[in-house]
Amino acid sequence: MPQFKLILASLLVALLAGCSSPTLPDPDPSETGYGESGSGADTDGYDSDGLGEGEFVDFDPSGGELASILYFEFDSSELRADDTETVTRHARQLAENANLKVRLEGHADERGSREYNIGLGERRSQTVRRMLLIQGASASQISTVSFGEERPAAFGSTEDAYSQNRRVEINYTN
Amino acid sequence: MRKLLVIFSLVSLLLTAVAQAELTIEITEGIKRRPVAVVPFGWQGNSPDMPLDIAQVISSDLVRSGRFSTIPVDDMLQKPTTGVDMDFDDWSILGVEAVVVGTVTQSGENAYNVQFQLFDVFGRDQLLGYRMPASRGTMRRVAHRAADMIYEKLTGIKGVFDTKVAYVTAEQRGNGQLYSLIVSDQDGENEYKIMESTDPIMSPAWSPDSRRLAYVSFEGNRSSVFIQTLRTGNRIQVSSKPGINGAPAFSPDGRKLVLTLGGVDGNLDIHVLDINSKQAKRLTTHRAIDTEGSWSPDGRYIYFTSDRSGGPQVYRVSVNGGQAERITFDGSYNARPRLSPDGSKLAMVHLEDGNYRIAVMDLERKDLLILSGGRQDESPSFAPNSDTLIYATRQQRNGVLESVTADGLIRQRLTSGEGDVREPVWSPFQRF
Repeated sequence: MPQFKLILASLLVALLAGCSSPTLPDPDPSETGYGESGSGADTDGYDSDGLGEGEFVDFDPSGGELASILYFEFDSSELRADDTETVTRHARQLAENANLKVRLEGHADERGSREYNIGLGERRSQTVRRMLLIQGASASQISTVSFGEERPAAFGSTEDAYSQNRRVEINYTN
Repeated sequence: MRKLLVIFSLVSLLLTAVAQAELTIEITEGIKRRPVAVVPFGWQGNSPDMPLDIAQVISSDLVRSGRFSTIPVDDMLQKPTTGVDMDFDDWSILGVEAVVVGTVTQSGENAYNVQFQLFDVFGRDQLLGYRMPASRGTMRRVAHRAADMIYEKLTGIKGVFDTKVAYVTAEQRGNGQLYSLIVSDQDGENEYKIMESTDPIMSPAWSPDSRRLAYVSFEGNRSSVFIQTLRTGNRIQVSSKPGINGAPAFSPDGRKLVLTLGGVDGNLDIHVLDINSKQAKRLTTHRAIDTEGSWSPDGRYIYFTSDRSGGPQVYRVSVNGGQAERITFDGSYNARPRLSPDGSKLAMVHLEDGNYRIAVMDLERKDLLILSGGRQDESPSFAPNSDTLIYATRQQRNGVLESVTADGLIRQRLTSGEGDVREPVWSPFQRF
């Protein structure tokens, strides 16, 4: 349930970043299935003693405030220009919250040899890692793993599936 | 238990085969099959039937090799069970080259003797006579061993019927996938799941004694290399460093593993790990991806994939370290090198006109022969006789297994009932 964890982590980030009150997502994991975009945004605020008014937070994993999936071109580990800002935001969050930790999960499309694709996925994770480090995150906050082609986001041997699979997922692990 | 079935077979690379529905074996002009007869074995024992139809197993093995056809039992003019009853005229009329006869004799509650003879019909001569003890548990292996001996006598090539194959399957399970590591006999019988996980399993590798498998597991969302003993199911974690732990392969003496470590900085390099001491020695330091190490049979070199020149190519480095030497120059993508056990050939994944194919390079002549015909063929693995390879190809969305002779003339597709099958690895010769 990576997305579910992501939402919790995102809430934590929101909290640590100075939001006055927490909002909680519907904790039904089936609502937050892997790969569904934006469905985790269905949150409920609640009132409790000592806490102020909550606010609805819109999470958009495909490019919003807490985007967690970055896509790459064929045979490339270069970050797309419009993703650099996203990585910068993650770096800032990490720099400002020393207890936050991320796992960068690199992936490749299915073409070619499996272990070499592990290498390509790792190369993508490392691009993101270096950018996070340069912008203030510390090495102890970041771990990387590459799944190569072993855990595709989309099945099938089409260009569309390939482009969805060449990715780095930024997952908060605490 | 799923069973691997040979559903399609024998396609010459040079000729387009005409598909026929539900054919088990398809013959092309690429290779002429030699007609032989395997006569049903005689049975002397306490029960009405022998524990296993040995002749059927031998016959299936010979047919599946692609080099032989067997005549139907109904066409046989005589069914001798020992050589003394052989009438060569009855067999030369049928045009068969060789005849196998045999007998299974029960000698105890779970003790049998299997004896067989192989005759050359034209030479009117016995080529082979052999007897082996068996139990109900070993009967199938005894039959495969007999087929291996017959095959070697008739072709000069060591048989690999008494060998195993390991492979990984992935099936859809809920939101994710269930990965399994399977070991089966080389003909798909006796399929046995040795490990399963909801996290990926990769890169199985046999120990030289066929008793252990090394593999990569992503349980806990990190990569680790394990060695599992097949008989007990016990496993040890031999590498679980930060970053990548991947691509294990045993040394010829079984004491070391070559593997790929990435470290926190993600610079994949070839390392050699002493399994007992867990000491790892780094063999490459290049900042490119260096992975997919494989030992030369003499134990002196590690062949590996590196993209230090831009795209992936095959290199080799001495096990003592030093400068790496580039081996492949043909094409823009050559990866996952595997040496034939006789050291003469190098199999790899080769990109040809946008298709990933299995290719074999003759290490002396340096020429490259493309053996497969799919779009995304991968994971070539030599049989221990160096004559045949197994690899994974795609059938629609699923991975299936194919085997091909190193000369490209005999190709067979093996498929299993469900899931996506990948990363087949052929075991070494089995010991009795």
